[in-house]
Amino acid sequence: MFSSAGFAKTWQYIQLFKEGLICTLSLSALTVLFGFILALALALMRMSKIKPLSWFATAYVELFRATPMLVQLFIIYYVVFAKTNLPNFKLFGFIRFERFFPGVVALSMNSGAYLSEIIRAGIQSIDHGQTEAARSLGLSSRQTLMEIVLPQAIKNILPAIANEFVTIIKESSICYTIGVQEIMYAVATTKGATYRIAEPLLIATAVYFCLTFPTSKIIAYFERRMSRGDKR
Amino acid sequence: MATRDDIITVNNLCKHFYNGGLKALDDVSYKINKGDVVVVIGPSGSGKSTFLRCLNLLEVPTSGEVIFDGVDITKKYHVDQNGKKVRQNIDLYRRKMGMVFQHFNLFPHKTVLQNMTLAPIKVRKMDKAEAEKKALQLLERVGLGDRASAYPIQLSGGQKQRVAIVRALMMEPEVMLFDEPTSALDPEMVGEVLSVIKELAETGMTMVIVTHEMGFAREVGKKVIFMDSGKIVEDGTPEQIFENPQSPRLKDFLGKVL
Repeated sequence: MFSSAGFAKTWQYIQLFKEGLICTLSLSALTVLFGFILALALALMRMSKIKPLSWFATAYVELFRATPMLVQLFIIYYVVFAKTNLPNFKLFGFIRFERFFPGVVALSMNSGAYLSEIIRAGIQSIDHGQTEAARSLGLSSRQTLMEIVLPQAIKNILPAIANEFVTIIKESSICYTIGVQEIMYAVATTKGATYRIAEPLLIATAVYFCLTFPTSKIIAYFERRMSRGDKR
Repeated sequence: MATRDDIITVNNLCKHFYNGGLKALDDVSYKINKGDVVVVIGPSGSGKSTFLRCLNLLEVPTSGEVIFDGVDITKKYHVDQNGKKVRQNIDLYRRKMGMVFQHFNLFPHKTVLQNMTLAPIKVRKMDKAEAEKKALQLLERVGLGDRASAYPIQLSGGQKQRVAIVRALMMEPEVMLFDEPTSALDPEMVGEVLSVIKELAETGMTMVIVTHEMGFAREVGKKVIFMDSGKIVEDGTPEQIFENPQSPRLKDFLGKVL
């Protein structure tokens, strides 16, 4: 299965894994950013009194949760962006933007659907008395949301968000199917060149673990810090 | 506009729930003058809290008028002195009406000081240092000068309610609305909250207080409203209401609670 010769061969391609790491990180970071913004918008739309907005958000969420990620990714890459000429430059000198960007879009749209349900549950978990107190002090509905409801809601749903972020890092590996040079792409390239599969996969496993494990620990730390107000 | 005695006048106020299945308020009219301390009493479900919550539109009335400083705040628009139609912003009126809730509703993620300074800074654009100075003075006044940096969870019920009162006072409201301010408190903490409210009444603040504390109602109230089934059944001075009740329902109620 594993052999030192195999590792030696694989090691010649370690640069690909370094690039893959950078690519996976950028992919996940952008997905987290755009996914969260989209999710917040969807959650607010879904709770809106304006019916068409609420219907649209509901339909969106249901559609994206009911179809496979791979299908969504292929539709966005092969159909939506088929006729679009995305700028043909390389991020950090090696990430092909015309493949990377559709990947970010697909992952963000997918995770936005999941995150919006988490955010909605978080907002609805806040006692209505909080909103009433804020509004009675003259705060606008926007100020009430930003100052009072969201900070408490996000604190409550932080474990669920952390899970979703870790999921994004792992799911980003699917972008290898459209040729985004993330970690799994490095595995495939190394395999093609060396005919070794076990060693590249072991390295990929280690890299993914080193990404996701600290991420959940860091979020757990902030969760403890934010819960100051709950404890003596 | 001539100066007016009344600060809030409600006309034919109705609030229905379940598409009219429940008439929480049934054609209520009342006038609150500046400096009045109005105490609202009545059995549970009589519409006392709904009445109070309609005054600052936390509860939107089904029909009727709530006239605050001469403006009907239930309407989407009002006509200004130049005859121009202006879109109404309820936030502008709410900041003039402080409200204290049964369950305190302090913001748990903010310290006592932050609870108090948030609205003055965000809404009144008060300078932060100035807001904090004012907050500390108010906290001192209610005996909580040393709790400014505490989080609400670290306070007793009575302390929380005192903070809630001074938080509302930070906005320098023209009226204070109290929704059963002592109902969620342990008995030994009721006194400390009532004495703060009493002190406030003595400063001439206009107040509307929904309460079950009859002794307090009698002592502090300048006017007393007795509500039942969404209507004002009887209103008058504390002496009239408590010593010379007219309606059988009020007599029956007082017989049970006194």
